[in-house]
Amino acid sequence: MTFKDLHIISMKDFSRDTIDHILNTAEKLEPVARGVERSDLLDRKVLSLLFFEPSTRTRMSFETAMIRLGGRVLNLGSVEASSIAKGETLADTIRVVEGYSDAIVLRHPKEGSARMASELASVPIINGGDGAGHHPTQTFLDLYTIRRESHLDGVKIALAGDLKYGRTVHSLCYALSLYNAEITLVSPKELRLPDEIIGDLKRRNIKVKQTDSIEEAISDVEVLYVTRIQKERFPDPAEYNKVASSLLITPALLENADPKLKIMHPLPRVNEIDPRVDETEHACYFNQSFYGVPVRMALLSLVMGALE
Amino acid sequence: MTPNTTPKRELRVRPIENGTVIDHITAGQSLNVLRILGIPDSSEDVVSVVINALGKYGKKDVVKIENRELNVREVDKISLIAPNAVINIIRNFDVFEKKQVVIPENAEGVVRCINPNCISNSSEPVTSKFTITSVGDRISLRCEYCERVISENIATHLL
Repeated sequence: MTFKDLHIISMKDFSRDTIDHILNTAEKLEPVARGVERSDLLDRKVLSLLFFEPSTRTRMSFETAMIRLGGRVLNLGSVEASSIAKGETLADTIRVVEGYSDAIVLRHPKEGSARMASELASVPIINGGDGAGHHPTQTFLDLYTIRRESHLDGVKIALAGDLKYGRTVHSLCYALSLYNAEITLVSPKELRLPDEIIGDLKRRNIKVKQTDSIEEAISDVEVLYVTRIQKERFPDPAEYNKVASSLLITPALLENADPKLKIMHPLPRVNEIDPRVDETEHACYFNQSFYGVPVRMALLSLVMGALE
Repeated sequence: MTPNTTPKRELRVRPIENGTVIDHITAGQSLNVLRILGIPDSSEDVVSVVINALGKYGKKDVVKIENRELNVREVDKISLIAPNAVINIIRNFDVFEKKQVVIPENAEGVVRCINPNCISNSSEPVTSKFTITSVGDRISLRCEYCERVISENIATHLL
């Protein structure tokens, strides 16, 4: 498979072999991401960041990935101060910005926006999140974290929290199905994974269990992936508090866990994980956010043709 | 006397000289077929509709349009709501050509995505695009942009 000029839009576009190649490349670049080794792999290359929605981790880790590889970054800046405020379409913005860049990272509130951009642009488009749709670079870094901190093939993993609306979880489930994972879904009834996704997983012969008890799930998994439950999903604040506290990760809860259990979270967390958990060997969410750098370095180097 | 069990065939609609007979339309869908064809605005000639006619495989609708032949795009649209429909082109009272509709693999600019937040429902210059899958009579359309699936009431989403 040729990576040069490849668009990164949805995990569904990638086979297991391709994902493995991206993760292997990230592993080779990790010393550069840590600043231990230097690289000018992307010297004189320009990456444009078009973020129509707020972002901290995704935007900053793309910037640092590019800078660590010797490349430069162009930022759209605030939408209010740009031509978008004058009513320019996304399609026109893409056709203009591609003339300034070797690749474009796009975050946009509309689902399918990155796919549309990829049809228009002659430079690679990397989807940095399209509304409630996809966020493939998050999934790549999640997979990388699981591989680095535990193991991917046949991993026993529990996904906890908002499984209904969380886009990271949907893409991750699909990707995990390529690695024969055993998946336990932990969520209150209101926030369960949509049936169509569970059906998809079962058709791929993936073992899926559903529970609303975090205690029950935690004793038998190697990775626990926690997501944020958004208050606005619950009309009644009391109901939100009940659900949020039932899924709270505390040191006491972890007494029954496998000593090698790793806890992940896409961040930002609100109060899903007790800060005392940060000091335990289980916590790997800050490593996880760092792994976004080598993974994005790998993707940028591959799509810009600096690596094969 | 033995009662005659075969229903007596009645000529409900007279044969047409030239035009198209759309037979085996899923019962209840004929008015949507007319909508797809833009009838009555697009045809000044006689159009006859039979609803709930008894066919070999149960109830069906039939539409006869005089002096008009359908284009590929119209037939593709009809296939989405009446996957068993048969298009008969009539010339000089004879069936000149008879073809079952074929469900296309893709539909472009034919259906509106049900996701209000899909880029294809925005002011961007983009045409809706779907990948079509069918199992028996059940048709699903997956939006190529937002990946949302339409599998029910397709007729209400036709553009």
